[in-house]
Amino acid sequence: MNVLHFAGAFFSDSAHWHGYDGIPARLGEHARYTLQALLLATAIGLPVGLVTGHYGRGGNALSLVATAGRALPSFGLLVLMTTLLGFGMLPVMIPLVVLAVPPILVTTYEAMRSVDPAPVDAARGMGMHESRILFQVELPAALPLVLSGLRSAAIQIVSTATIAAYVSLGGLGRYIVDGLYQRDYEKVVGGATLVAVLALVTLALFWAVARISVSPGVRRR
Amino acid sequence: MSDYLHDFFDIPSDLQHSWLGLIGLHLREALLPVAAGLLLALPIAQLCVRFRWLYPPVLGVTTVLYAIPSLAFFVVLIDYTGQSELTVMIPLAVYSLVVLVPAIVDGVRSVSEETLAAATAMGFGPVRRYFQVQLPIAVPAIIAGLRVATVSSVSLVSVGMLIGNQGALGNLLHDAQIYNRPELTWNSVITTALLAIVLDALLVLVRVLLTPWMPNRPTRRRPAPALEDAAR
Repeated sequence: MNVLHFAGAFFSDSAHWHGYDGIPARLGEHARYTLQALLLATAIGLPVGLVTGHYGRGGNALSLVATAGRALPSFGLLVLMTTLLGFGMLPVMIPLVVLAVPPILVTTYEAMRSVDPAPVDAARGMGMHESRILFQVELPAALPLVLSGLRSAAIQIVSTATIAAYVSLGGLGRYIVDGLYQRDYEKVVGGATLVAVLALVTLALFWAVARISVSPGVRRR
Repeated sequence: MSDYLHDFFDIPSDLQHSWLGLIGLHLREALLPVAAGLLLALPIAQLCVRFRWLYPPVLGVTTVLYAIPSLAFFVVLIDYTGQSELTVMIPLAVYSLVVLVPAIVDGVRSVSEETLAAATAMGFGPVRRYFQVQLPIAVPAIIAGLRVATVSSVSLVSVGMLIGNQGALGNLLHDAQIYNRPELTWNSVITTALLAIVLDALLVLVRVLLTPWMPNRPTRRRPAPALEDAAR
């Protein structure tokens, strides 16, 4: 009886493949939580990181905010938010967004700062507007690093969204939490495997996005 | 107000620890894994620096390990190490490895060829050169990695609550619910966050003490590479 055995038993049981507690449904819920949280965190972290990185100001304030965000324990925050706001989607989104904003913010800032200043000065010398410099010169050059920040945020959300199950929401954490209380190891191992697979799929997706969106001239370095 | 403060620090007896005792427990469960991770990461990183082909696969494996959610990692380990502190600490050590190995490799690699050549010319052997030249110069990068690893480790210990109250300060979350005492939830979140911030500040202090040659304020914009070339 080892982990592989449990995983095999979980996936070969046809009861796990349909219904509201089936793998497709739980996978869909998990993907939806992840996407929502990632979009929210990106909407907050990316613009702030891009602008502060472009002007090279506020780095210290940014690292303070990031440290504070990292310091807040996701699990504790989840329980606290549920106590304050009741059960629902919002108390789950808050810890996930707090978790994901620091890596996006800091990596975007660092990415913008590490762009070779020579082409930026050249663009400015050619009379390009600041916003065009940001989007057409700096962002393409910084894109690989910016994407790596988004990727690590996405991975962390995927693996942390499992705690949503603790406050009676769905997602793949359902299998882990339920399995733990029912002493059903098959379920736990199956859930863990699915989350790891989803995380790997996320890695692959980001790899593909980087492959498509990063300009060949930047990639070659 | 004083009643509230009294309740705030009144830890239910089933946890068998005072507030300070829980903090001590939390520190142990969070910091031992980071220390173990650092001890493992140093030789792994050195191997990656020495044999360049080793680095991409090592990075791949650690990234995959990082993708396993902590809760799943804990629960799967219960089969081997029981509902114990060790079960919480093993995954945390693995996670810190993921942050530390790239930080150390980048730090050691950033030592310039000239510096290494100078050390060699002064008669430093490879071991002495590693400990007295490469490692000290890599200190800022290593500390940067340690800060991320420590802070996330402190935050993750709380999840250990789910596997038989092994979450130190996180255990307060469970008690807050069964005894209907929301102030314990506040206590858990605030204490954990403060612990992380204090440890982070301590690591910054360690970096300042270990690298007296570094300017205290970071330089604003790096000079253009073209200028550096011209200066050479």
